[in-house]
Amino acid sequence: MNPNNYLVLSALLFSIGAIGVVLRRNAIVVFMCVELMLNAANLAFVTFARLLGNLDGQVVAFFTMVVAACEVVVGLAIIVTIFRSRRSASVDDANLLKY
Amino acid sequence: MEAAHALASGTSSLLVWLVALPALGATILLLAGRRSDKWGHLLATGLSGASFVVGVVELFKMLSRDGESRGVSQHLFTWINAGSFKVEAGLLLDQLSICFVLLITGVGTLIHVYSIAYMEHDHDRRRFFSYLNLFIAAMLLLVLGDSFLNLYVGWEGVGLASYLLIGFWNQKPAYATAAKKAFIVNRIGDMGLSFAIMIAFTAFGTVSFQGVANHAGPEHKQVMTWMGLALLLAAAGKSAQFPLQSWLGDAMAGPTPVSALIHAATMVTAGVYLITRSNFVFDSAPTAQLMVVIVGVVTLLFGALIGTAKDDIKKALAASTMSQIGYMVLAAGLGPAGYAFAIMHLLTHGFFKASMFLGAGSVMHGMNDEVDMRKFGRLRVAMPITYLTFGLGYLAIIGVPPFSGFFSKDKIIEAAFNAGGARGWIIGLAALLGAAITAFYMTRVMVMTFFGQKRWADDVHPHESPKLMTAPIIILSIGSIAAGALFAFGSSLQLWLEPVVARGFVEGEPALQPIVVSIMALVAVALGVALAYVKYVRVPVEAVAPTNVSIWTRFARRDLLQDAFNEAVFMRPGQYLTRALSFFDRKVVDGAVNGTGALFGGLSVRVRRVQTGYVRTYALLILVGAALVLAAMLAARI
Repeated sequence: MNPNNYLVLSALLFSIGAIGVVLRRNAIVVFMCVELMLNAANLAFVTFARLLGNLDGQVVAFFTMVVAACEVVVGLAIIVTIFRSRRSASVDDANLLKY
Repeated sequence: MEAAHALASGTSSLLVWLVALPALGATILLLAGRRSDKWGHLLATGLSGASFVVGVVELFKMLSRDGESRGVSQHLFTWINAGSFKVEAGLLLDQLSICFVLLITGVGTLIHVYSIAYMEHDHDRRRFFSYLNLFIAAMLLLVLGDSFLNLYVGWEGVGLASYLLIGFWNQKPAYATAAKKAFIVNRIGDMGLSFAIMIAFTAFGTVSFQGVANHAGPEHKQVMTWMGLALLLAAAGKSAQFPLQSWLGDAMAGPTPVSALIHAATMVTAGVYLITRSNFVFDSAPTAQLMVVIVGVVTLLFGALIGTAKDDIKKALAASTMSQIGYMVLAAGLGPAGYAFAIMHLLTHGFFKASMFLGAGSVMHGMNDEVDMRKFGRLRVAMPITYLTFGLGYLAIIGVPPFSGFFSKDKIIEAAFNAGGARGWIIGLAALLGAAITAFYMTRVMVMTFFGQKRWADDVHPHESPKLMTAPIIILSIGSIAAGALFAFGSSLQLWLEPVVARGFVEGEPALQPIVVSIMALVAVALGVALAYVKYVRVPVEAVAPTNVSIWTRFARRDLLQDAFNEAVFMRPGQYLTRALSFFDRKVVDGAVNGTGALFGGLSVRVRRVQTGYVRTYALLILVGAALVLAAMLAARI
């Protein structure tokens, strides 16, 4: 199979994720979109590893997974706490940290 | 060559005690504070007297040596040692300084004694005596210093003491202002002295009298002229000479003994000492000498004119002091022909003016501190001793033979005529005119205070002062009778000072015979007295100063507009300048600094609006940014 297809898929997934982050208000959905972007990047890494014939890309993909897991732990905790105190998971409601 | 002459040929270890004793007194009294209230005045008087005794001992030691080897010095320590520049702290006692030492400690001690009684009811009497001792110490340092820099220390010391004593009753704002005025005007003069020291250092690399004297001569005429002018400025400040004369009248705010000691007998004559001591400078600089003469003549007439219009007895005496010092400066400006006469008049003036000031203090003591002569009159009955001693001082100052002022002033007028040519005639006639005006205003003071009808209020009970006050006055008035004849007889003072101030000077043919000058002076005095007689004895003196007077009287009452002039020419423009500078500082300098701050402050108010708090905005911006970076990298690749 042509590796370019994987790259196209990766780009598509990344774009969907990015658009989701910018457009959606629900924090959980935004979060899932971030995960989508990370995984799109992982797909690109693995594809390039396959294309170049070394393992560097695959190693980075593992690192990304670890970082994504940590991020989920911290991020979900924050979202839950905010939801408990404000009764809302909208990212637009949590706008106190400003000028 | 006279410059090769050494100022001091021997040493003496006693000199330091002259200065140290009164300095010790001042230190003890200031440190011990109220604990010494009971005995402080006695200690101060005793130490001042002890200093006088040391002075007398030195005089006798000096008399036992002959003319050229009479000067002695004492090396104290090396004060400044910076490479090639070296200043030794040393004292020099020669024929000139011994006159001053005896005048300062002698008159000073008498005035200490007088002050014991005069200041008896002042609860700050101890502080007063500590300042008096400080003054004596500083003044002795001034006349004993062997270099311009050592003299400068004493010069500043007497300025400080004068400031402290004029403002002694500084609870009255007017008195505190008078003290400040004296200090500030003196500062201008002090600047002159520091310029002179700098010139001496730059030109000759030394500041000692001996070092500068070694360079005296026509080859350094220009340097000497500048130095002479700077010294003249210094002398004008300290001696209340034109154009720095305005402080002396206000200085009368101090207690009367202070006026007698500092502002009549000693400190104000420091300028004359400075000129005489720097004779080697002025003898090599005819232009500076001419300026000295001009300043002297202007001041002697200026002071005399002010004296004619003053109703305040102390201010009238102050104006007369100014005028008499004008005579001394005039004489000092005449060069070797006049130095000795300047010193002679200085010494006799020290006696008679101090005795008159103490007399004025005695009058005030008996009159509830009244100073307005229009409220006196007929005091000769109530205060016979004060009347007699003041009368002797009066006869001395107007120059009636055989009192001391006659000899000294006559010599100055004579020397002025002998200055030669038109210049001699002008200054001679000015000096004669001054003598006539002196006779007029002193007669006026005498008549208004002691003669005529009584004009004081009913609750005032004039009485003679205690013996502690009259005794010093009596001693001083003996001086005002005898001193002149003593100094003038056989030209004794002239010969005494000759090794210091007039080495190798030969008197020329006099323009006028001495007897002619004496007769002219006596005629001038008689005219002055007669005019005063017509104006103040034939017509009763009014108890309130008349207001419908001529413009000239008003002019003189306002001190010939000296204060108005200073205010208009120096004070106001100075104020405007400082205001303009302060405006510049506030608006331009501060404006630039504050403006920069305000610019960034204002900018930040706008820029921080970017921080909306919406996470999605940030995410979009990051995305756009990342896209732009990526695009740029790709563009660079292609």
